[in-house]
Amino acid sequence: MLHYLAKRLLSLALSLTIASMVIFAVIEVAPGDPASFMLGTGAQEETVAALRSELGLDQSKVSRYLDWVGGMLTGDFGTSYTYRTPVAKMVGERLWVSLPLAIYALTLSTLIALPAGIYAASRRGKAGDMAVMGATQLGVAVPNFWFAMLLVLVFAINLRWFSAGGFVGWDKGLWAGLHALTLPAVALALPQAAILARVMRSALLEVLGEDFMRSARAKGLSQKQAIRRHGLRNALIPVLTIIGLQFSFLLAGAIIIEQVFYLPGLGRLVFQAISARDLIVVESVVMLLVFAVILVNFLVDMAYAVVDPRLRRAA
Amino acid sequence: MNRSLFLGGLLSGIMLLLAIVSFVWTPFDHAVMNIPDKLQTPNGTHLLGTDHFGRDILSMVMVGARTSLAVALLAVGIGIGLGVPLGLAAAATRGSWLDEVIMRGNDLVFAFPSLVIAILITAVFGPSAINAIIAIGIFNIPVFARVARGGSLSLWAREFILAARVAGKSRARISAEHILPNIANLLIVQGTIQFSLGILAEAGLSYVGLGAQPPTPSWGRMLAEAQTLVSLAPHLAIVPGCAIIVTVVGLNLLGDGLRDRFDPRLMEGRA
Repeated sequence: MLHYLAKRLLSLALSLTIASMVIFAVIEVAPGDPASFMLGTGAQEETVAALRSELGLDQSKVSRYLDWVGGMLTGDFGTSYTYRTPVAKMVGERLWVSLPLAIYALTLSTLIALPAGIYAASRRGKAGDMAVMGATQLGVAVPNFWFAMLLVLVFAINLRWFSAGGFVGWDKGLWAGLHALTLPAVALALPQAAILARVMRSALLEVLGEDFMRSARAKGLSQKQAIRRHGLRNALIPVLTIIGLQFSFLLAGAIIIEQVFYLPGLGRLVFQAISARDLIVVESVVMLLVFAVILVNFLVDMAYAVVDPRLRRAA
Repeated sequence: MNRSLFLGGLLSGIMLLLAIVSFVWTPFDHAVMNIPDKLQTPNGTHLLGTDHFGRDILSMVMVGARTSLAVALLAVGIGIGLGVPLGLAAAATRGSWLDEVIMRGNDLVFAFPSLVIAILITAVFGPSAINAIIAIGIFNIPVFARVARGGSLSLWAREFILAARVAGKSRARISAEHILPNIANLLIVQGTIQFSLGILAEAGLSYVGLGAQPPTPSWGRMLAEAQTLVSLAPHLAIVPGCAIIVTVVGLNLLGDGLRDRFDPRLMEGRA
């Protein structure tokens, strides 16, 4: 296990290093100089040069890369070109929208998908199964931002149950915050729930064909009892993996949904920074998202290895 | 022919036909504004209604189909063109440093959140259909590399490959002449899946303004323009959304159907 852990940690570090280099390189070749962009077209050359050196843009690429990575490791994400505030502070504020949104969406998706998948598997081939599978076929095809627009139309504009966008802030209370995040979370959760329900169904179907399930039935358990006592636990392993992967996807996937609902999360921060050519913000937020995704993938792998010892040997 | 294959082929065929027909004919010129006719609901003249500039929505959806299908198809082309040779090379040199490098590189690209990187690429290099194709295409490469490698590995142990090696053929030639035709089925099925994912990705990028630029119509941008008007004219949002869904459902069903057809054993476990 220790050997496996060391190997995985090394590959985690390698992935993060290469990811940071790629992101830095992409930002580096971006056309347009942030200093002249900030000062406008009428700025004098000396002023631009002075701002460039203030921002550290006149140093070599290597030293700037090392500065950036070193800063991120110690929690210093640099200072935003446009807002003149530390990026870490901006990210910290936005995270309080994006992270709860991702958790909320994941909870919804799991609550919808697991019962639907279990139901479909236990009614295999019958009308109920067909209906669930048809719904998931539709669910994976619906673009979540489009579904979000329909939700706004029905529940915000027509029924007036929710507001059409914006975020009230957590200081108005937990309930008000959750209420504001409900429509975005539902929009994010739907396509994920469709995928998860399919995984749940096929995992359970696979387990249902196992010998121990037949034995359970043979000793007198009903189909329902057998599923509840023996089937579910064994089917949950692949399902948990997918749930883990979906979390990182939801965190990154919220970018577009935040645009639909004008939510002040990380996604909107990225878009605002892109249009203002605030590259240090773009760079740091993208790196943070990539870090979150790679880290979650790593944790899922580890959890899997704990559950299934065969994987440790295979690695 | 199974049901998935039929329905999937029908739906994706219709969308493809709409896109092709739009080159020679659309009910109206998709770019011509006609303010007096703005925001009409579907009617006899404008079958799917008009937008806030009085443009015919059916014509825009038809021309938009070109953009969506072309971007997704070219992105699949990038994935196959670069991913399959990499996967074949990895399988042909199984266990060597080359195999190791290719597969680790694959894992790395897989680990990136594709949407975030696609947004980064299109934002930095400027929003355009070409950059959207590249951004989506990059993430298709490891998918096809993995499918090609996985499909080839077992083939390399088969007798007809051994015979080809005894006959003196090089590994590269065997890969091209014997391995590739035998994994074509897998690649076609994966291709339809990536095609449908590409349609969704293109719509998302265009929606946030990072895909095809005006005046080229695209489904994603039609949705973005509809957003502020959705309460006045819901059909502005519903029509392009349905176009996306029909295409994606069609391609997914086509993929399922093709998989069953190529590998009838799967039918049993699915029903």
